[in-house]
Amino acid sequence: MRAANIFQLGIKELRGLARDPMLLVLIVYSFTVSIYTASSATPETLNRAAIAIVDEDQSPVSTRLITAFYPPYFSVPKLISPYEMDRRMDAGLDTFALNIPPNFQRDLLAGRSPTIQLNIDATRMSQAFSGGGYVQSIVSDEVSEFLNRHRGGGTVPVDLALRARFNQQLSKGWFGSITNVISSITMLSIILTGAALIREREHGTIEHLLVMPVTPTEIMLSKIWSMGLVVLIAASASLVFVVQWALKVPINGSLSLFLVGTALQLFATTSMGIFLATMAGTMPQFGLLLMLVLLPLQVLSGGSTPRESMPQIIQDIMLAAPNTHFVMLAQSVLFRGAGLDVVWPQFAALVAIGGVLFFFALRRFRKFLR
Amino acid sequence: MSPGAVPPVARLEHVGLSYGATRALDDVTLDIPAGRMIGLIGPDGVGKSSLLSLIAGAHVVQSGRVEVLGGDMADAEHRRLTCPRIAYMPQGLGKNLYPTLSVFENIDFFGRLFGQDQAERHRRIAGLLKATGLDPFPDRPAGKLSGGMKQKVGLCCALIHDPDLLILDEPTTGVDPLSRRQFWQLIDTIRRDRPGMSVMVATAYMEEAQDFDWLVAMEDGRLLATGTPAELTARTGTPNLDAAFIALLPEEKRRGHREVVIPPRADAAEADIAIEAEHLTMRFGDFVAVDDVSFRIPRGEIFGFLGSNGCGKTTTMKMLTGLLPASEGTARLFGREVDPNDIEVRRHVGYMSQAFSLYTELTVRQNLDLHARLFRLAPETIPGRIEEMAARFDLQDIMDDLPDALPLGIRQRLSLAVAMIHAPDILILDEPTSGVDPVARDGFWQILSDLSRKDSVTIFVSTHFMNEAELCDRISLMHAGRVLVSDTPAAIVRKRGAGSLEEAFIAYLEEAIDARAKTAPPAAGGTSAPAPATPAVPEKPPVPAGPVPPRPASPPAAAAHAASPRRFDPRRMFAYTRREALELRRDPIRATLALLGTVILMFVVGYGINMDVDNLSFAVLDRDDTALSQDYVQQIAGSRYFIEKPPITDYADMDRRMRDGEISLAIEIPPGFARDVARGNKTVEIGAWIDGAMPSRAETVRGYVQGMHAAWLTQKARQRYGDAATVGDFRIEIRYRYNPGVQSLVAIVPAMLPLLLMMIPAMLAVLSVVREKELGSITNFYVTPVTRFEFLVGKQLPYVALAMLNFAMLVAFAVFIFRVPFTGSLLALSLAALLYVFAATALGLLLSTFMSSQIAAIFGTALLTLIPAVNYSGMIDPVTSLQGAGAFVGQIYPATYFMTIARGTFSKGLGFADLAGSFLPLLIAGPVLLGLGIALLKKQAS
Repeated sequence: MRAANIFQLGIKELRGLARDPMLLVLIVYSFTVSIYTASSATPETLNRAAIAIVDEDQSPVSTRLITAFYPPYFSVPKLISPYEMDRRMDAGLDTFALNIPPNFQRDLLAGRSPTIQLNIDATRMSQAFSGGGYVQSIVSDEVSEFLNRHRGGGTVPVDLALRARFNQQLSKGWFGSITNVISSITMLSIILTGAALIREREHGTIEHLLVMPVTPTEIMLSKIWSMGLVVLIAASASLVFVVQWALKVPINGSLSLFLVGTALQLFATTSMGIFLATMAGTMPQFGLLLMLVLLPLQVLSGGSTPRESMPQIIQDIMLAAPNTHFVMLAQSVLFRGAGLDVVWPQFAALVAIGGVLFFFALRRFRKFLR
Repeated sequence: MSPGAVPPVARLEHVGLSYGATRALDDVTLDIPAGRMIGLIGPDGVGKSSLLSLIAGAHVVQSGRVEVLGGDMADAEHRRLTCPRIAYMPQGLGKNLYPTLSVFENIDFFGRLFGQDQAERHRRIAGLLKATGLDPFPDRPAGKLSGGMKQKVGLCCALIHDPDLLILDEPTTGVDPLSRRQFWQLIDTIRRDRPGMSVMVATAYMEEAQDFDWLVAMEDGRLLATGTPAELTARTGTPNLDAAFIALLPEEKRRGHREVVIPPRADAAEADIAIEAEHLTMRFGDFVAVDDVSFRIPRGEIFGFLGSNGCGKTTTMKMLTGLLPASEGTARLFGREVDPNDIEVRRHVGYMSQAFSLYTELTVRQNLDLHARLFRLAPETIPGRIEEMAARFDLQDIMDDLPDALPLGIRQRLSLAVAMIHAPDILILDEPTSGVDPVARDGFWQILSDLSRKDSVTIFVSTHFMNEAELCDRISLMHAGRVLVSDTPAAIVRKRGAGSLEEAFIAYLEEAIDARAKTAPPAAGGTSAPAPATPAVPEKPPVPAGPVPPRPASPPAAAAHAASPRRFDPRRMFAYTRREALELRRDPIRATLALLGTVILMFVVGYGINMDVDNLSFAVLDRDDTALSQDYVQQIAGSRYFIEKPPITDYADMDRRMRDGEISLAIEIPPGFARDVARGNKTVEIGAWIDGAMPSRAETVRGYVQGMHAAWLTQKARQRYGDAATVGDFRIEIRYRYNPGVQSLVAIVPAMLPLLLMMIPAMLAVLSVVREKELGSITNFYVTPVTRFEFLVGKQLPYVALAMLNFAMLVAFAVFIFRVPFTGSLLALSLAALLYVFAATALGLLLSTFMSSQIAAIFGTALLTLIPAVNYSGMIDPVTSLQGAGAFVGQIYPATYFMTIARGTFSKGLGFADLAGSFLPLLIAGPVLLGLGIALLKKQAS
């Protein structure tokens, strides 16, 4: 194995990439526009949540409740009749429907424990799940405040001071932007190496390389370093210019430590790209295979939903995927400001996974060339 | 019959054609006589193929007038009426065939496209297969056939509908002499049977053109001359057509050309042995590709390798270069055994593979430079060496051009220059001149001659051209993996007593085939499955020309074509449906991915997008440590959402553990908590820190903690104030409608249907069309009577069926595996799914009209299905809460409405009546998308 060959072949890959403007546009797009729009367009959990109120009481309390819901968290409440409620919910027009019964205020003050009914369309995923709590606490707050003005005392004086660490506002865009960067890193590194390999075979240039004094290991390493470098540079630029500067996401930790982790991740994913290309004979098969691999990598790595709530078996299987460790590493380093003393297990895991993938890819690659 | 007696079959007036800046045809005016065998001759890239595709109606007429069979080819109605009378076989071996379909299925497909019924198709196919000698192999996949056999299948496909005009674009390029001879015998037989048929052929072989009735010589998009072969040679005063063509060329092209003469080798006797093969054998499974081949080639010799397609020439060469390890036997280069792992030996060998295999993304200079470096030339010598090569191979003017832009002949010179950059002692060249025109070929051989004679480079070259074989010092004839004879060309001709090398060659081959036929029954041929990368089993010779007409008792041509093709023919449409379904079945990976892919994805995502957050770890910093504070902690620890970790000792400990991600929640209870609560005169504050690194999880944790805090307060208030506390008490009754258990799966799984049934069917549909564009079989759509509607809908149907199967699997999976209750009307959901997958596949077809490469199609489809379906269709955030462009997309995207129906039928117990409002958009979407696709699809190349 000669470093000079690896270098020369890698330069060839870079020159080839430079000649493909479509691919360059794609890389730039996926690390800039795509990340920016996806991160800034994701509505916060509650954005204009559709709420309707059936006010059968028409009292000061009920009026108070109606005015407590306003944009941007909620849409301006629609005042509807009890008969409309079911139909509107069936049609999916409202996520929440609050039903204030007749004589609510009177019963409340008389200590008769009246009941407000809150209907939630529980098929509505995120809004239903976390929005229900909001509606509930808004109603409670409004009613208690109303009561407090009528009479004092009667409660236990304990406050809960809730603070979120590392991301005080719980702004989704912060973590979303990093998740998107990770997705782009994974997707591009697999596509760039995998599709390039299939293209080389379709054009017969791989065979041509083999009659020259270069070994399969050199060919593979050249692809890994060149494509990895391209993605690494694009990802760094994206973190600095798009995430930190345009999206104004504060990064607490060490960017360089994160980039070292990215390099390890790229080692694993580029090897995976080569492996997938040797599995798929043709472009369409590669395309379908890609979807089957990318989606689980992104959904189950802990980037979109917490790992803790997945079934144990999925958690265990996903430990074999590089993304799982990379997501953990990104969270620790970028947001919690962790150092190498904390994230070394993730580094070790990435090196191990990358090494295994590289080994299998190399074995398949040798066969693929026959 | 003189040309004037019948109207010409085609008439071109001032025809021009450009591809971007390249002028392919320039003001061509020409009458092509009917009922003749017309040859188009000329070098590569002079416009022969363009001319033929215009006449076939495959390409849009840009300027001038093209009249074929008495009508204007620019007129769509005339094309519709005449295309059943024209057959077109594009350039490239098996270009318009479907490699995974069998021989029979390929021909059958064409029969269906021309609206023939089953009995007629079977009768015709049987006749054609017999006439072409393909009858033993009707079930062999077209992709596994040798080049010659592919061309015969192509011919069968072209002849299935008795055309009046048969157009063949370089049908024999890259085909060995024996198969070539058989091919032309076949054409002769067919013409004898149907004398009225006109045949137009483009060819690079002048010896073939010699036998044609009438020739059109072309150069640079213009006509050089027309006339019979005899007229052309007489006019130029040359002995043969090769020479005549060169004489017809304009002065500046002819300059520099001279006859190749290779001087005899001087020191033939004492030269050492450069290449030596001993009993080389290569097996792929049961198939023996190279069988016990031995030869010795002395230094400086030009050694030619001849043989039919797939006889093992390329395999032998690969063993010599070490690309393939031999199964048995040894190969030696300069006495040193070839070892695939021995990098050193490669530095003595230059190899040029059959297909052009340099980097088209690198310039000529960069290609030379890269190879020089890989061969470890000293860096300071590289620029000099590159200049030297450029001068020798006449590349100076194009050093900074990209190879793609160069004509084939120059590209082959570049390949040779690259193979020579490290001054190897041995050159191994695999069909280096296939498809190269005569002038460029002569120039190429002049270089080979110089290398051999002046630099003592040993050259091992394979070729199909007999005039090139004659230039070699010695040649080997190979057939079915064996060497039949090795000697000087003259000696071989003498031994057989033949008139020419070609005759001798064919005689040897026929002898070998006869010998083989006696030992092995030919019927076995159809069942053996060659391993990948192996060439096909050599073909059986066709039934001797003459006795078997291709169409027994065919009606006169005119009568057969009296009826014009129908405007809509279900048979044509289903031809595409059937073919698409067959291809899908033959590609197990694609079929499996398509069928199981959605189920796997639903499984994965159903588990993955999980809004239930539980098993959260938390720890407490309890500075009070009283019964009350422990009661508070117990409230949290006792819930199913939280798991308590060892207590926190101090702030530093809390910091560290939160940074490590060990705990998601930290609770701090201040000192004197119980005392202050008891006194009730001042508000006590409990601190809670949540790990905000992952906002959605943090949000849920916050909700849980607030809820539990409130519950604890109420409980304590009751204990302390008794009934007084119930004044002002009220309850909020929360009804989680449609999903009382508030399970993520119930919310997620129905929402996955629109996503999965959009993504995969659209992807399959778009690739089914774009693949045909990329691989060239789209030509069949251009030149057959199939309409745009039939083409698109025919392709769409199998994918709609597949998607419905997918839908059934997904629903079954959701109900039986994920146990998501299904409460509404299954019929309503199924009908909506049908409308939806129709729209999804139609969207794929619409996208396919814009895309030309598969990788762009994959990327584009992923972008245009995945993102809107996930983000703007109400899957996670309801459409009503979207803003701006996203909201607009959500309003018009079909997934939005199918999402409502899927959730309505799954969870809300709804049926047709309740969901009518969502059905209407789905009903409209499919036809609108398909209509747009049909409107934008082009029936001709442009």
